[in-house]
Amino acid sequence: MKSDNYTLPELGAAPVEYEIVIEASRTWWNFRWRECWEYRDLLALLIQRDFTSRYKQTILGPLWFVLQPVMTMLIFVVMFGRVAKIPTEGIPGPLFYLSGLLAWQYFQQNIVTGGATFINHAPLFGKVWFPRLIMPLSIVLSNLISFALQLIPFFLFLLYYKVLGPHPASIQFGFTAFLTLIPLFQIVLLSVGVSLLMAAATAKYRDLVHLTQYVVQLWMFASPTVLSLSMIRERSPWLIWLNPMSVPIESFRLFLLGHGSVTVQDAAISWALTIVLLVLGMAIFQRVERTVVDSV
Amino acid sequence: MKPIVEVQNLSKLYRLGSIGASTLRESVERWFKRGDDTSASAAVGSPLLNRTKEPVPDSRRGPEAATFWALKDVSFSIAPGEVVGIVGRNGAGKSTLLKILSRITEPTSGKAILRGRIASLLEVGTGFHPELSGRENIFLNGAILGMKRWEISAKFDEIVEFSEIGDFVDTPVKRYSSGMYVRLAFAVAAHLEPEILLIDEVLAVGDAGFQKKCLGKMGEVATQHGRTVFFVSHNMGAIRSLCEEAILIDGGRVTMKGKPGDVISHYLSMALPAAGGCDGEIFWNGEAGSPRCDEVALRGIRLLNERGIAQSIFEADKPVAIEIHYDVLRRIRGARFNLQLLTQEGETAFGATDHLYQQECFEPGSYRTTCHIPGGLLNRRSYVVGLQLDIPGERYVLPFAEYIGFLVSGVGNQSSHFPEPWPGVVCPRIRWDVKNVTPARSLNPAEVV
Repeated sequence: MKSDNYTLPELGAAPVEYEIVIEASRTWWNFRWRECWEYRDLLALLIQRDFTSRYKQTILGPLWFVLQPVMTMLIFVVMFGRVAKIPTEGIPGPLFYLSGLLAWQYFQQNIVTGGATFINHAPLFGKVWFPRLIMPLSIVLSNLISFALQLIPFFLFLLYYKVLGPHPASIQFGFTAFLTLIPLFQIVLLSVGVSLLMAAATAKYRDLVHLTQYVVQLWMFASPTVLSLSMIRERSPWLIWLNPMSVPIESFRLFLLGHGSVTVQDAAISWALTIVLLVLGMAIFQRVERTVVDSV
Repeated sequence: MKPIVEVQNLSKLYRLGSIGASTLRESVERWFKRGDDTSASAAVGSPLLNRTKEPVPDSRRGPEAATFWALKDVSFSIAPGEVVGIVGRNGAGKSTLLKILSRITEPTSGKAILRGRIASLLEVGTGFHPELSGRENIFLNGAILGMKRWEISAKFDEIVEFSEIGDFVDTPVKRYSSGMYVRLAFAVAAHLEPEILLIDEVLAVGDAGFQKKCLGKMGEVATQHGRTVFFVSHNMGAIRSLCEEAILIDGGRVTMKGKPGDVISHYLSMALPAAGGCDGEIFWNGEAGSPRCDEVALRGIRLLNERGIAQSIFEADKPVAIEIHYDVLRRIRGARFNLQLLTQEGETAFGATDHLYQQECFEPGSYRTTCHIPGGLLNRRSYVVGLQLDIPGERYVLPFAEYIGFLVSGVGNQSSHFPEPWPGVVCPRIRWDVKNVTPARSLNPAEVV
């Protein structure tokens, strides 16, 4: 901390370097990166706030949160594994579903909260200015902490199947696990892009909020959470190219468990879509953020 | 020296009725209507724009139907270090100006150049999180207001001391009393050190002692640190004592800029009968800019003589009844009207409240509250009635504003026998006893005839 040598900046002496021009902007791409960077402390504090406020109050609260993918996994094991008997690529069902759900639920958390940025923070945005991008960014980054915690039950299951499972050799867990950072990074970029688009859309059209719930549900089943990518490829290969989430989820499983079928073509299309959504999201978001408080 | 704030032809157009977000369905409908009709009539006929029927004064009507200028061609420039007060009626455009300058929303046209770091304080405690401790909230709130983490650490002790919360700094703020909450929030804000500070009415918080402390802190910020401060307030005393310059905004335009004293008396005279403002009563009937919020809407204020007739000139020895008509839109607890009688110079003659005379809880409905000012109290001069509705120690429901003025003249008090203006904001009828107390014996024999 620089608390000791802190002095007031000299006002009259310093040349005026700071000049903000406020006017109706008409350009489509008008990001002020420097301002975002200047508010990095706010970003850090918002992440800290999310974390403390989520985990401070109860003991059961965080526990539920950590167990969330496990709960969904159990439902999947019963419904899709036992009842519908959908094969899981030779991986034990719990591991198959959990690996996919970890990646998917991180994405889902991001876009559901991030997509409501303007609606949830309307009172705050109406009273003080800061780079609005900070809000969705803080959500995506603070969910990363929850994601890390949710990895714990996954590794417990992994350990169990590796040591006590009937076919320990079928699980190829090794150094490739570090490569999961690549699909994780893609999910981060994709979440930011989709959150920004959804935030802009729901701010303008409030009734879209109801629609997003169903879109998110549908999106989950279109992603390789229940069906593996190779099964989706058999039936409707176009779905893989249309859905930028299929490649990161499948790669996640591939790098953690050694099972998966991602082609170079799939990955290229998925990354291209991710970049397009990110750029589009930022452009539309900054277009909407300028006057959004007038209408929300 | 270059002005630190330069505002050139700043205008902001608002669309009436689209205050809430539109729905996709409405947009689609509008789009289809545009196809089969001329565009102008389609816009008028769309459900979105027809939602409001509030009349807009001609001067502020926008280029299209149901639009109005919240600000229109506002220009001024401010030198570094100036403390500028902004006065005007509610709905005149003061808050819109601050919102544009603080970058919360963009102007429709025109521009503003700010040559310095800016921070705005349009509300205290913005972004406070109830679960977090005072300490955590100081950091978070400071960062939201634009401070760096090290700046906040450097001032942390000072902030805690200023807020008087002491050992509660590590307690979650949801356990704070409302007074503590407000004090902490203001303490953070008071330690902001931008080159330009925008403040909206936030000084109207806390108890009187703390208010005084805040005013002192503000004065210190402005005078010692040479910061430029914009200060929107209905507290004429604060404007007068803190500001070197004042701007009057009326109907979305800057109508006057000058010394605070001149601007204040011009502003308050707008409420007086001489300005053609009123005939002892003012009714809004749901016009744009009528004083209202989600819970309460003022319908009108009448000044009545002892026979119940509205008038704007009163005899000094006759009573004045100030009758306030209002609608409660949503159930509200513990609210009171707080009336202040101001002189034209902006001093408060006295304050009065209906707190002790009314019920605890108001159900939705129409109400009337009347303040009876007895005869023989007021001086021969003009007065302006200012009013706010608040829940003591908790929050403001309708912020303070000046609404209507009247003139006291004529006979009946002791000043009326003399031609010169009588000093004092009031002139109560006070009894004097005049007696000759000379003891007979001590009289000088020479003077006895």
